[in-house]
Amino acid sequence: MGQITLSKVTKRFGDVEVIPPLDLRIEDGEFVVFVGPSGCGKSTLLRLIAGLEDVSDGQISIDGKDATSVPPAKRGLAMVFQSYALYPHMTVRKNIAFPLRMAGLSAAEQEKKVMAAAEVLNLTSFLDRRPGQLSGGQRQRVAIGRAIVREPEAFLFDEPLSNLDAALRVNMRLEISELHASLKTTMIYVTHDQVEAMTMADKIVVLNAGRVEQVGSPLHLYQNPQNTFVAGFIGSPKMNLLTGPEATKHSATTIGVRPEHIATSTTEGLWKGTVGVSEHLGSDTFFRVNNTGLGETIMVRAGGEVAIRHGETIYLTPDPTKIHRFDDKGQRL
Amino acid sequence: MARAVTTRRKTLTTLAAWGIALLIFFPILWMILTSFKTEQDAVLSPPVWFWFDWTTENYVTVMDRANYFRFFMNSVIIAIGSTALGLLIAIPAAWSMAFVPGAKTKDLLMWMLSTKMMPGVAVLVPIYLIFIKLKLLDTHFGLIIVIMLINLPIIIWMLYTYFKEIPGEILEAARMDGATLRSEILYVLLPMAIPGIASTVLLNIILAWNEAFWTITLTTVDAAPLTKFISSFSSPQGLFYAKLSAASTMAIAPILIMGWFSQKQLVRGLTFGAVK
Repeated sequence: MGQITLSKVTKRFGDVEVIPPLDLRIEDGEFVVFVGPSGCGKSTLLRLIAGLEDVSDGQISIDGKDATSVPPAKRGLAMVFQSYALYPHMTVRKNIAFPLRMAGLSAAEQEKKVMAAAEVLNLTSFLDRRPGQLSGGQRQRVAIGRAIVREPEAFLFDEPLSNLDAALRVNMRLEISELHASLKTTMIYVTHDQVEAMTMADKIVVLNAGRVEQVGSPLHLYQNPQNTFVAGFIGSPKMNLLTGPEATKHSATTIGVRPEHIATSTTEGLWKGTVGVSEHLGSDTFFRVNNTGLGETIMVRAGGEVAIRHGETIYLTPDPTKIHRFDDKGQRL
Repeated sequence: MARAVTTRRKTLTTLAAWGIALLIFFPILWMILTSFKTEQDAVLSPPVWFWFDWTTENYVTVMDRANYFRFFMNSVIIAIGSTALGLLIAIPAAWSMAFVPGAKTKDLLMWMLSTKMMPGVAVLVPIYLIFIKLKLLDTHFGLIIVIMLINLPIIIWMLYTYFKEIPGEILEAARMDGATLRSEILYVLLPMAIPGIASTVLLNIILAWNEAFWTITLTTVDAAPLTKFISSFSSPQGLFYAKLSAASTMAIAPILIMGWFSQKQLVRGLTFGAVK
């Protein structure tokens, strides 16, 4: 079991309220991603769940039991840190065995569990090395190994991939997802990278300034952003948000159109503009369209082999069924 | 632009460094030389440098007159005892200051350091009276307590500086892994801070070994360390310089040798955290 409920959880540092009263329910076995810009309180929230920070107000329960003042060691959670936080003076074997040693397991049992974890994470040939002799990806796997052997109620990941290079990050992302599929344990994952959030999560919690902006499945958030913040944050490249006369036409203060929901033409369309910088990714081409008279540069996604040159005139037509409308408070209409 | 280091400049700085080093070492050299002179040669004016009748007679006399080994053992007990007790108190203190600092932690650290500026003699009478009352005069335990208290601010400061360099996340990881506070300090913090603890121990042993004011004042026979051994060879009349020098050389030899072998560790300890 690994069901976690936060009710009215508040965190203040001195007079500064970094997390206003927050309610959240995380179901057993769910992969939940906390996503938001830097300083939005997502790591603080994770640390509150871990018990590494004290809650100023409110209650955290794990599996129905009040855990608000239970020390981190007794919450039955395991955490993987951004910096890996391996014990540099211990070998990989001892690092992974540490939680078992703390739990008072016999040497034989420790060895058995360490070997099993090492097998899963491809670490068997590194067991006698120290963390300093490992690459970033291997270190991260050791950190995950140390978390797995505890057989926790839930795993907490605090931006675990941000120190890795791009290729390795994609690999580790898949490994963590596979791990979740095989262990079926609750995982709470903090990241500022919305691609990680979209690809890994069962449920995304979008945070902004300590507040939950929206909770939902990746696709639900993508298709039905509750407000302009979520609309702009989820999706890459981000949604085009327009205000002014174009929005008024749709009886809204702001309208949003995703780059892939805009049709392009060289002869006719709703909006006219000139092609600016374009990014050719092979499978897709993203290009910016300037001088549309809409007050904003429009980002458009086209196929990989589209022949568009810088400075050319282009006509854009948004798909009317895919236009998101928001009121003056930024809320979805 | 990097400044060019000319050969002349290099020679000059090297000479200056040697000059200063010799100046600092001179009293020790003079003491060692004097310990091999006769009492008459020791007081000659102008002094004789190397061309005198070298003799080991002073060492023989000193060994005959006092039980060097007993004083030596007392010094060892006091130095090691006060260091061990100091560490026992300083490790948790430095841990809390480094990893769970409060609003007044910095003030507390400065206040502790400020006690080092107080002249010891200012608290001589109260401490002496307490020692009489608690029957601690001339006991190892009494001296260990006093020397430990004198050096405690330095031990806490040094450990604090070392602990500050250890990422807090590693200790948090230990907490998440189920470690109690005791296991966290014992299995994670201390092994990582071993170099820092080693230099703290070395420096504290040296300070405790060299402490003279309290050891001479608070001991007579049973717990008297080498400082007392040295002072017993000074007398208000007669010639005693050569014997005093021999006693002093014997007293500082062990710590000098230890310092020589551990100088790398010591320098690292004292400059730790000065530059990243």
